[in-house]
Amino acid sequence: MENVNSKTVMQPQNSPGGNWRNWMRVNVRQYTMIIALLLVWSIFTVLTKGIFISTRNLSNLFLQSATVAIVACTMVLVMVAGHIDLSVGSAVGFTGAVVATLITKASWPTLLAVPVTLLLGLVIGLFQGYWVAYVGVPAFIVTLAGMLIMRGGLLGVTGGNTISPNSELFRQFGQGYLPQLFVKVVGFNDFSALIGILAIVLYNVSALRSRRGRIKHGFAVSSPRKQMLIQVSMSVVIALVFSIMVFYHGIPYAILIVMAMVLIFSFVSQNMTFGRYVYAIGGNKDAARLSGINVKKTNFLIFVLQGLAVAIAGIVYTSRLNAATGGAGTGMELDVIAACIIGGTSTMGGEGSVFGAIIGALVMASLDNGMSLMNLGVVYQYVVKGVVLLIAVAVDVSTRKKQ
Amino acid sequence: MDDYILEMNHITKEFPGVKALNDVSFNVKRGEIHALVGENGAGKSTLMKVLAGVYPFGSYTGAMMFNGAELQFTGTRDSEKAGIAIIFQELALVKQMSIRENIYLGSEFQKNGIIDWDATFIAASKVLHEVHLNRNPLTKIIDLGVGEQQLVEIAKAVSKNASLLILDEPTAALTETETETLMQILRDLRAKGVSCIYISHKISEVAQIADRVTILRDGRTIATDDVKNMSEERMINLMVGREITQRFPRVEHTPGETVLEVRDWTVYDRDLPTRKVIDGVSFNIRKGEILGIAGLMGAGRTELAMSIFGSYGVGRTGELLLDGKKMVANSPSACIEKGVAYLSEDRKRYGFIAMMDLCGNITLASMAKLWKNGVIDGNEEIRRTEQYVGDLSIKTPSVEQKVGNLSGGNQQKVVVGKWLMTHPKVLFLDEPTRGIDVGAKIEIYNIMNQLVEQGVCIVMISSELPEILGISDRILVMHMGRLVGDLSWKEATQEKVMYLATGGK
Repeated sequence: MENVNSKTVMQPQNSPGGNWRNWMRVNVRQYTMIIALLLVWSIFTVLTKGIFISTRNLSNLFLQSATVAIVACTMVLVMVAGHIDLSVGSAVGFTGAVVATLITKASWPTLLAVPVTLLLGLVIGLFQGYWVAYVGVPAFIVTLAGMLIMRGGLLGVTGGNTISPNSELFRQFGQGYLPQLFVKVVGFNDFSALIGILAIVLYNVSALRSRRGRIKHGFAVSSPRKQMLIQVSMSVVIALVFSIMVFYHGIPYAILIVMAMVLIFSFVSQNMTFGRYVYAIGGNKDAARLSGINVKKTNFLIFVLQGLAVAIAGIVYTSRLNAATGGAGTGMELDVIAACIIGGTSTMGGEGSVFGAIIGALVMASLDNGMSLMNLGVVYQYVVKGVVLLIAVAVDVSTRKKQ
Repeated sequence: MDDYILEMNHITKEFPGVKALNDVSFNVKRGEIHALVGENGAGKSTLMKVLAGVYPFGSYTGAMMFNGAELQFTGTRDSEKAGIAIIFQELALVKQMSIRENIYLGSEFQKNGIIDWDATFIAASKVLHEVHLNRNPLTKIIDLGVGEQQLVEIAKAVSKNASLLILDEPTAALTETETETLMQILRDLRAKGVSCIYISHKISEVAQIADRVTILRDGRTIATDDVKNMSEERMINLMVGREITQRFPRVEHTPGETVLEVRDWTVYDRDLPTRKVIDGVSFNIRKGEILGIAGLMGAGRTELAMSIFGSYGVGRTGELLLDGKKMVANSPSACIEKGVAYLSEDRKRYGFIAMMDLCGNITLASMAKLWKNGVIDGNEEIRRTEQYVGDLSIKTPSVEQKVGNLSGGNQQKVVVGKWLMTHPKVLFLDEPTRGIDVGAKIEIYNIMNQLVEQGVCIVMISSELPEILGISDRILVMHMGRLVGDLSWKEATQEKVMYLATGGK
């Protein structure tokens, strides 16, 4: 019965110990993901004799997860609304190939090619969204068709060759790091450190503000001690994440893009009416419609956003590899979907979070990265990823049943 | 000594933190209809789940004897084998399959995995005849009415030669005639020696059909007695544990000016565009009155409300005048904006979102109005929601509780709250008290009366005649898509309304 989420603090506060236990129990779903991620990291650290945990490797790991993470931000919306998008792998490859071709073969400046590619992503979203929302073809079919169409488009654009865009500016999207500002020391990026400090300050300010807001409205809040513990531990986590990048080359631009996407789509999904509509449609489409929600428009918009995210991911992907190939993005849709599910998105729709999906993306990238470090073959990588996905869903299903 | 087919002695079943059943003893005689009544959460379902083997032996304490033998079920198959058949509130039929396939699902006439369809057909025809369902066994379930589907479930139980039949709220979705048919079938089965446990909220039905009644409250047996020794009032008082003076709190209203006028409203079937489901209906809804709409299932009451609310198909003609001005609204959102709201009869399917919290559900229909620039103010949202939680006395540990975890009555109040937040001028309530307990029903009636005081027009569609007669100020009667009666509450009687609803002139 007591399925109270983390925001809930309306019950009387009893003994502090009991409270903590209650709080932990309630938040266990969110924590299992993080615990699972830390577990994966520990295992690989031991198996690779510490190579895995080096700042260099973790920095690379973040970079590797960037494309999946970007698409996962909007895939969460798609899946929460009860749809699926199988076309993202092909779409990332296709948009990546287009931007590479525009720069290399058409000699467009990067600053023109990139916005045009984003526009292409928008068109892809408009197209698929139209079929799903207004014609009523199931998203599974529409995006399966999209997957084939764009895979064809990708082969057509690349002609089976590898295209390497020779633009220094374009390479920055996937390979560049924030520059150093004042301190020119190898292995410490002061600009990134400043951003990290700023992030910690912003987090604490917003946490305190929301607490003050609740007090002002007369809602119960957690005890000052607990609040402080939460804030301190969150600050430590943020500091750790940033220090990984600060003590390597700095924050990659791609990771800045991921962070921006996460902030934007967390806000959209939690604080905007549009986000609420998405959850409502996934939870009960008929009730949503009868409550005056424009289901078609909302579904349409979800796919438009997805199209945009895919184009961004396509640009980062091509830039990071500095190459567009015919096989680009193959199977990526499965990584993205797996990331969302590992991150707690319900396969039935109605539930899920952007933050969770990012953790999921990190889990998937960690598996790839760790097994590569161990020189395990592709054979094992596929098998292990499959098993992890299966277990993640099994855990999800069984915890849901208990509720 | 009495011949008991079932004896459940000192059953106690605990869930973490809750004693759902506390030393409950319950027994059923051979060939009797035994009613089991109690408010939602009294423990009826839990008791039946123990009996059905949903909670296996060992997860509860106490003993069960069936036909003189001790029962120790490990799962539902065991109870089925023993001859106990349960028909749950939500029917468990495969909609795309035929009657024949459904009846023998899981116990097919087969040899080496190959089904003998002819034998199935003959056997199915026979049981259908027994339950007075005059349908071809090849008809798909989806093409049957709710009442007929119920009969298929009973046919399924009959086909298994069940000696104890458990019916959970069997008439919740049935019309009066269908209910009458069901009662007759139960009496026939009783004559054949089949015992029946009849779970219901409708006390009048219990008085009509049952031989004995057991009343549960808060997981305890409160009383077991012959029905003829119990008045309806006494049963209700025992159920709720307090005196209920008025089941239908009537407040005198003085109707004011017309708010919504429906003129020559004709609606065509969603699936069959040539068939009229509503045929030239005209009526007024006045300020400060509760307008009841009575009629049998299929009379078009829900279609009438849904079409006015812009959520039923596209084929419709006629005019709506809101405050004297022509209202053009073809979608729920347009209607909500203009001040028309519709609470659906099926709250689970159309009303609330189970995995969303109270905040999300109650503000759902008002979002566009509340948050003009599309950004939700979380604190303000909680504040506004709490106001409705307080006004409607919704029992919940928090406004951030998921609605799926609330009781039926509280879920209904959440949906009511959702519509109140839109500040409707006209509120359509379609079966507002279906499947909720007596206490919550009275609370819903009181809320309706308060709303009318505040100047909201209420249109209540209900299949329960006592409710229609007890609460409405004016009663419209529908029959086959037409309006066949317009009575004030003073002149309306059950007989008059039924006479009109069944097509009498």
